[in-house]
Amino acid sequence: MAFRSDEDKKAYWRKNLNLMFVLLVIWAVVSYGFGILLRPVLDAIPVGGVGLGFWFAQQGSIYAFLIIVFVYAKKMRELDREFGVDDDE
Amino acid sequence: MDLQTLTYIVVGLTFSLYIGIAIWARAGTTGEYYAAGRGVHPVANGMATAADWMSAASFISMAGLIAFQGYDASIFLMGWTGGYVLLALCLAPYLRKFGKFTVPDFIGDRFYSSTARIVAVICLIVASLTYVIGQMKGIGVAFSRFLDVEYATGLYAGMAIVFFYAVLGGMKGVTYTQIAQYCVLIFAYTVPAVFISLNLTGNPLPQLGLLSDTADGTPLLLKLDQTLVDLGFAEYTAQKGGTFNMMMYTLSLMLGTAGLPHVIIRFFTVPKVSDARTSAGWALLFIAILYTTAPAVGSMARLNLTNTIQHGEVGSPEGNLVYAERPDWFKNWENTGLLQFEDKNGDGRIQYYNDKNPEFAAKAESEYGWKGNEMVKVDRDIMVLANPEIAKLPNWVIALVAAGGLAAALSTAAGLLLAISTAISHDLLKRTFMPDISEKNELMAARVAMAGAILVAGYLGLNPPGFAAQVVALAFGLAASSIFPVLMMGIFSTRINKAGAIAGMLVGLLSTLLYIFSYKGFLFIPGTELLANTPDNWFLGIAPEAFGALGALLNFVVAFAVSSVTAPVPDDIRQMVEDIRVPKGAGGAQDH
Repeated sequence: MAFRSDEDKKAYWRKNLNLMFVLLVIWAVVSYGFGILLRPVLDAIPVGGVGLGFWFAQQGSIYAFLIIVFVYAKKMRELDREFGVDDDE
Repeated sequence: MDLQTLTYIVVGLTFSLYIGIAIWARAGTTGEYYAAGRGVHPVANGMATAADWMSAASFISMAGLIAFQGYDASIFLMGWTGGYVLLALCLAPYLRKFGKFTVPDFIGDRFYSSTARIVAVICLIVASLTYVIGQMKGIGVAFSRFLDVEYATGLYAGMAIVFFYAVLGGMKGVTYTQIAQYCVLIFAYTVPAVFISLNLTGNPLPQLGLLSDTADGTPLLLKLDQTLVDLGFAEYTAQKGGTFNMMMYTLSLMLGTAGLPHVIIRFFTVPKVSDARTSAGWALLFIAILYTTAPAVGSMARLNLTNTIQHGEVGSPEGNLVYAERPDWFKNWENTGLLQFEDKNGDGRIQYYNDKNPEFAAKAESEYGWKGNEMVKVDRDIMVLANPEIAKLPNWVIALVAAGGLAAALSTAAGLLLAISTAISHDLLKRTFMPDISEKNELMAARVAMAGAILVAGYLGLNPPGFAAQVVALAFGLAASSIFPVLMMGIFSTRINKAGAIAGMLVGLLSTLLYIFSYKGFLFIPGTELLANTPDNWFLGIAPEAFGALGALLNFVVAFAVSSVTAPVPDDIRQMVEDIRVPKGAGGAQDH
């Protein structure tokens, strides 16, 4: 491992966990929230003959998952570089 | 050219492509055989992962499930894609950094225990083998329906193809054939969907067609709701099941997806940790193309099927299709027994409605003279396969769908068989019983194990146990309740020790088995159920298929409790965990 100090190592891991936490909250909100629990509320907004909640359950949540994964990959690359632990040869 | 010849040509072309790739991608070392030499580009690995993941069930069955369950089938759409978020954020990069070949490898090393390794191997084999039976059945069905050969002959042909590229090329051969198979299956899935969406809504993109207006100006989904309600069915877009059960079911599928070993090992093939992260994104993108198309395919197929039979006003004597004038696809599927008609009121016309709805059934009988639903069997699995025929698409599209279904089944079968054979040759032989085995002999053992796994899978495909359809729930339940939690704890906690992991895995495994067996019979033997499998009997309203999430929770709780009262994790293991949390140096861990 190539951390400059023990504090760096802890800070890197904490930042990773924070990012994961935020993204997993979004992951849960778009699927379990918008797609299932909050569907009755969201369906007040009409989308193609049905409501926004239905759209999230069958389409929107999947698009959101995609964005989450690519955002995580990008942010982690930046974090790796910041701490000098990236895996570029 | 007739459909039969065309199908032979298209399927024959795709098969020669797979064989060509197999000859090109032979494996010479165990590193190539188990992990394709860790040289697969992240986009290519994403594509191979998508084909690995999307099985005969995704290709053939899922749109059928959506067609008949409507909104409630959203659990499959969210569950089978949301798991990739967990994989990308919580598992894939760390397991790639760990740098070994299999999932039991990690569990055995991290929890410094052969017992943990063997429990993991058992979970892996049960989950993968049950899963592979479905693929074998899919291959047999696709062959017998489209190429008009015996089910068994079709199965042998499929086995021979998989044997050829999996035994010869291992992960390397499987990876490159899966890339080709992805292209075939996604083309075969989206082309008919585009045509059908264009026909019904004028919008070529199925994802938008789902939300568009039909020719008469009514939105597609509203029209479908109305059509179904007119025939006594529940509204397509309405929620029918319990909310808590829906959430648990979705969570179980997500955890199961992230814990299935044949998917995880695909991320061992990319060169770097950062590649594992992006590769999960590419995999999800390639999967999402099919998964966002499926709701359009399902809803449009349901509308087309219903409108074909009920082409006029409900209740008017001329509103229903005359049986003698039924289209060719109807006859073809009747021959397979998957579609069955019975003229209950003897009027020579087909009535397709919900006779389980007492109010509507009474009205239909007194006012229309209907004596029950005459479509006595409409197998959900035919929806995708019959869809192009129902929509009157040209023959080459139908031939393509056959090749796509075969590609989906073959690619998943190969991935599963690879996971099984590496667990035997690497985890059991090399890591547990014969640590001194040479590389050459281990490679030979891997090939023999693969050949054996293909024979067992073929036998089970020929003599499918009566419970074949139910075991997929078991595979996901086991992956979610036993494999996923220990992987998470192994990476994110340095406190979970050997005793905690083994106890947690066993509790997750046994509680899930017990719950599923209580409602579906021990080892699925009819008559041994403890409780009838109805929502009233379910614990907190949780279906047996949705218990994996609760099993996972039990696994976590037990593992933490046991770990807190037993000896702490040794320092070298603690060091190893801290090491896998950092991307740098993944290249050095490649060979061992």
